[in-house]
Amino acid sequence: MPNKEETSSDKKLDSKEIMDRIAEASRQVVSGVEDEEVENWVTIYIMGRAYEVPADLTILTAMEYAGYKFVRGVGCRQGFCGACSTVYRKKGEYKLQTGMACQTRVEDEMYLVQIPFVPAEKPSYDLTEHEYDVNVLFEYYPELARCVSCNTCTKACPQDLEVMDYVQAAIKGDFKGLAEESFDCIQCGLCAIRCPSEIVQYNIAQLGRRLYGRYDSPEPEHLKKRLEEIEEGKFDKEMKEITKLSREELERMYAERKREED
Amino acid sequence: MKVSYYPGCTLKTKARNFETSALAVAEKLGIELIELSRWNCCGTVFSLTDDDLIHHVAPIRNLIRVQEMNKNGLVENDHRLVTLCSMCYNTLKRANIRVKEKPDDLKKINDFMYLEEDYKGNVEVIHFLELIKDIGFEKIKENVTNPFKGLKIAPYYGCMLLRPKEVGIDDPEEPVIQEELIFALGAEVIDNPYKKVCCGSYQTIRDKQVVSNLAYDILTHAQNAGAEAISLSCPLCAFNLDSRQKEIKEKHSDFTRIPVFYFTQLMAIGFGLNEDYYGFDLNYVNPEPLLKEKNLIGRNNAK
Amino acid sequence: MIKKLKLSDKNVDFLKKIEELSGEVITRCDQCGICSASCPMVSEMDITPSQLMRMVQLGESEVMESKAMWLCASCFTCTVRCPRGLDLSKVAEALRQVELRQAIDHIDVKKLSKDEMKRLPQIALISGMRKFTG
Repeated sequence: MPNKEETSSDKKLDSKEIMDRIAEASRQVVSGVEDEEVENWVTIYIMGRAYEVPADLTILTAMEYAGYKFVRGVGCRQGFCGACSTVYRKKGEYKLQTGMACQTRVEDEMYLVQIPFVPAEKPSYDLTEHEYDVNVLFEYYPELARCVSCNTCTKACPQDLEVMDYVQAAIKGDFKGLAEESFDCIQCGLCAIRCPSEIVQYNIAQLGRRLYGRYDSPEPEHLKKRLEEIEEGKFDKEMKEITKLSREELERMYAERKREED
Repeated sequence: MKVSYYPGCTLKTKARNFETSALAVAEKLGIELIELSRWNCCGTVFSLTDDDLIHHVAPIRNLIRVQEMNKNGLVENDHRLVTLCSMCYNTLKRANIRVKEKPDDLKKINDFMYLEEDYKGNVEVIHFLELIKDIGFEKIKENVTNPFKGLKIAPYYGCMLLRPKEVGIDDPEEPVIQEELIFALGAEVIDNPYKKVCCGSYQTIRDKQVVSNLAYDILTHAQNAGAEAISLSCPLCAFNLDSRQKEIKEKHSDFTRIPVFYFTQLMAIGFGLNEDYYGFDLNYVNPEPLLKEKNLIGRNNAK
Repeated sequence: MIKKLKLSDKNVDFLKKIEELSGEVITRCDQCGICSASCPMVSEMDITPSQLMRMVQLGESEVMESKAMWLCASCFTCTVRCPRGLDLSKVAEALRQVELRQAIDHIDVKKLSKDEMKRLPQIALISGMRKFTG
């Protein structure tokens, strides 16, 4: 059997060298400036290995600067999608901290690793087959009953949600509380990976919101009205025109669109 | 009188009739039960291993909420916490005793919950039956407009109201608090030794047959002593003694179903409160035929 | 004549472990049997509560194979009646925890029927999972 390393290259490369090469290639692209122009540097430890990175980078860009290339575990880069969960410890602190890598700035002597995915069962269910009852939550997620109210989920949430409160709302069958408190969840999974009771909080919340939406939340009048307008063909002409536009024309139209002030 | 009140999870769902009747009855007695804000599940069972503190975090967190209720003026300098569910009562009270007796444990739990204010150990967990006893059964009698003349009711205590001794609301072997209440409501009290025998509790999810065997013994002993109805104070006892009558009937075809009431439902009937507060739709064995037969409901006496 | 029992180190370790977890001085049990006579579950058990106590006293870890501790409903009837002031419910919990803390669950609620899952109140699921899952 041929030795892979010998056949794949004439010179034996060690992993450090490969990483350094990739890092070199991605540096200027990531930070947008030449290394010579960077004033402040910090040392971070990615999975235990030290890297010098510019101090103003986020964890995500710092990792790319260091040579990591994200195929998965990254998404919108704006703090909305929940794909780049990260856990870290700061220098001299025992607390394990959590955040989104795209939203968290590196600090000197920070130890970190990415948790881009949390294994969680996601059963499929048909909402029309279920009653609006707390037992539906327990039927699909019986581990809900194991909550010890330790509040670790809340501490882990990068969205600053009161996760324990919405889990407790779920236990009480308070669908409104569950739906409203969990509304801004981005399903990053950090609560679930920290939960000592092995609860997958965000999946329970999603089922809860769906049940609440189907059975309890008031019907939005504006949506009903808009759907009627669409059915009546109010926007047909406009749609026809838009679909005919070229990419450039579409982009210009998007840039010039009327929008509410931020 | 305003006092903090801890409902517990099941009183918001399958035992909602326990809560609605209790709140109505309390109001009639001049007690305003103020629901604890941001309460969490107590865990239902007190953790019995000596080295385990994490399972006491949930009950203690609720006791911190009582401090907050006082601070926010929702109750006035009243550190009592009233419970209805016997299991919540037992768990909260035992956790409270444990941290009072072991300050080191309290410190560890307080440190762990560093985002909360410290629990200072000054909350008193009580059961609604104790509150009623404090008010006095004479006062109960005064409020009865619809006396249970001739109805034979067997009180059932189960475990969590009585044991262990340090949390019991009454004598663990010879409790009388429910008897006094039932008597004050004008009903006939049916005593029987099975009133303090365990219903099987959480074994109901492990082996429902074992539990329905126990329930059969408990119910038939009460029936043989003449009982027409059971009075109790725990949603899990209620499930095992009421809902499990389905399993009992499947095994013993000669078994006669017997209505099971939360004691607050009985009070609501006795006080002649609006029938909306009774919540019989959640009782497995419909008590209405019995109550109609005894002329206790459907007389347009509701106020 | 007083006969002295000598336990093996292994047996002493097991006894000590259960004493530590339960916080009870199990050697105080004098085998009167009141616990067994009081236990509502005894007819379902393979060994009685007093036999369970004896096995733990002797450090016999074979007690773990018994189903008695899993049938204990923590009703505390034995607790209030024990003339030696022992809390057997704590001993039973300690034995359960020896197994549960190794992440061995005693029940699988996913196996309950749909009808049961619809009927069971939260209080049953929460207490049951507290007692039977690690």
